[in-house]
Amino acid sequence: MDVQQIRKDFPILSQKIYGKPLVYFDNAATTQKPQCVLDSIVNFYTTYNSNIHRGVHFLSEKATEIYENARLKVKEFINAKSRTEIVFTKGSTEAINTLAYSFGEAYIKPGDELIISEMEHHSNIVPWQLMAQRRGAIIRVLPFYDNGELMEDMLEKLICDRTKIVCVTYVSNTLGTVNDVESIIKTAHAHNIPVLVDAAQAIQHLKIDVQKLDCDFLALSGHKVYAETGIGVLYGKEHFLEELPPYQGGGDMIKNVSFDLTTFAELPLKFEAGTSNFVGAGSLLTALNYVDSIGLDNIAKYEEQLLEYATKKIEEIGGVTIYGNAKHKASIVSFNIDGAHHYDVGMILDKLGVAVRTGTHCTEPIMKHYNITGTVRASFAMYNTFEEIDTLCEGIIKAKKMLR
Amino acid sequence: MTINEIQDQIIEEFSVYDEWLDKYEYLIELGNSLDTIEENKKTPDNIIQGCQSRVWLDAVLEDDNTVTFRADSDAIITKGIIALLIRVFNHQTPQDIVSAELYFVDEIGLSANLSPTRANGLLAMIKQIRYYALAFSALNKK
Repeated sequence: MDVQQIRKDFPILSQKIYGKPLVYFDNAATTQKPQCVLDSIVNFYTTYNSNIHRGVHFLSEKATEIYENARLKVKEFINAKSRTEIVFTKGSTEAINTLAYSFGEAYIKPGDELIISEMEHHSNIVPWQLMAQRRGAIIRVLPFYDNGELMEDMLEKLICDRTKIVCVTYVSNTLGTVNDVESIIKTAHAHNIPVLVDAAQAIQHLKIDVQKLDCDFLALSGHKVYAETGIGVLYGKEHFLEELPPYQGGGDMIKNVSFDLTTFAELPLKFEAGTSNFVGAGSLLTALNYVDSIGLDNIAKYEEQLLEYATKKIEEIGGVTIYGNAKHKASIVSFNIDGAHHYDVGMILDKLGVAVRTGTHCTEPIMKHYNITGTVRASFAMYNTFEEIDTLCEGIIKAKKMLR
Repeated sequence: MTINEIQDQIIEEFSVYDEWLDKYEYLIELGNSLDTIEENKKTPDNIIQGCQSRVWLDAVLEDDNTVTFRADSDAIITKGIIALLIRVFNHQTPQDIVSAELYFVDEIGLSANLSPTRANGLLAMIKQIRYYALAFSALNKK
């Protein structure tokens, strides 16, 4: 894998910020876009732009073809059984909201229970809370150890005959932990409980095979995997998606409409009300092809080296606490300089050209776990370099001195 | 000094800094020397919760009809900016505070810190300073 070559594909990376070369370490929030993805968007609007499905004309057919090719690409990328299991959403948040609503309507009765891990992003907590309030359900929390690993043994204890679903993230956006979702799914399935995997932070780092994992649902966001914003996916096993009622009503999701009776479209359109983000879907198709051209295995291997290097270098500085030391981690490092506020550290790094995220990272329960108000988070992608990590570390040393 | 005279003075002080980190060094120094709020005044009533940093603010109307503000933050650069805001508004009359136009933050290049999306508590703090002043000037009229 030639990183310098890859960097050339991302025009944004070559700019200077406050006169310093940009070091973009906010990849867990969103990834940058390669030129081919940018081109695909312009190309769509200059060549094919037309609303998809049911158009009789040439452009509409071309646009529909791209949209449906994107669906097929996602199907292959995560190895789903059928294209009908791939629902386009505007992101993982909408995917989880769709599922939480529909699942609640279909299966949840008062007193039923859901299990959610303590390290979830708010987007995998709040939709379930809303549903639980509506349906009178109870949320049980699967805790994690201080090193950032889930207490998997607890799962068996939390499961009871009223447990209806387990919701867990594949990769923690704050701690970097790669959870052993395969084993969690096995445990849940032994009790006939379906599992949602939030793959928003996994899709860009590791190969996902939904059939091998045997997860029942999976959510992902396009913009985290080099596609544009506003496109995401809800994967669901076909029999579940068949049973679940639609989340939103509108055009494209119906078979027939009358004021007496409306019938719904076949999967996956039943869950795609209104005009979909077909340009976004096209960009996702291009982005996934781009990732395939480099190879997720190569990306994973390289990012692991970045993570290892960054962890070692940051630890060497001293007086810095890293949150999340799981054995299996994705390229995310959350830390605080002892005695300094994360916001101050982030502001100083910014002026050195280093883009990191500070705060709670939409995971307040994790902050509560460590009794902190936030962290500085550096998250790496395939286009980052070891030299950039050196720049980050020089920045940390500088901030440490200034904030002493 | 009037509010605007103090603002101009601050702009003058900051004009010597070309480097961002020098500006931050100065803010950190100001933050460290800020006469902070007493711990028992750091109540839930006085907290302005931001996702990034937290700010506490307390205000007292003195007998001479000027306002004394006390504030604190858990982030030191935020606290430095607070020190500047307090320097501008402290010992001014509620009427002057209400009608003041705040321009120095822009001028010294820190306006990003007052963006509503920053969630560092500063914008809410300025709003709160004005609320206090409004409430005090209403008291005056009675």
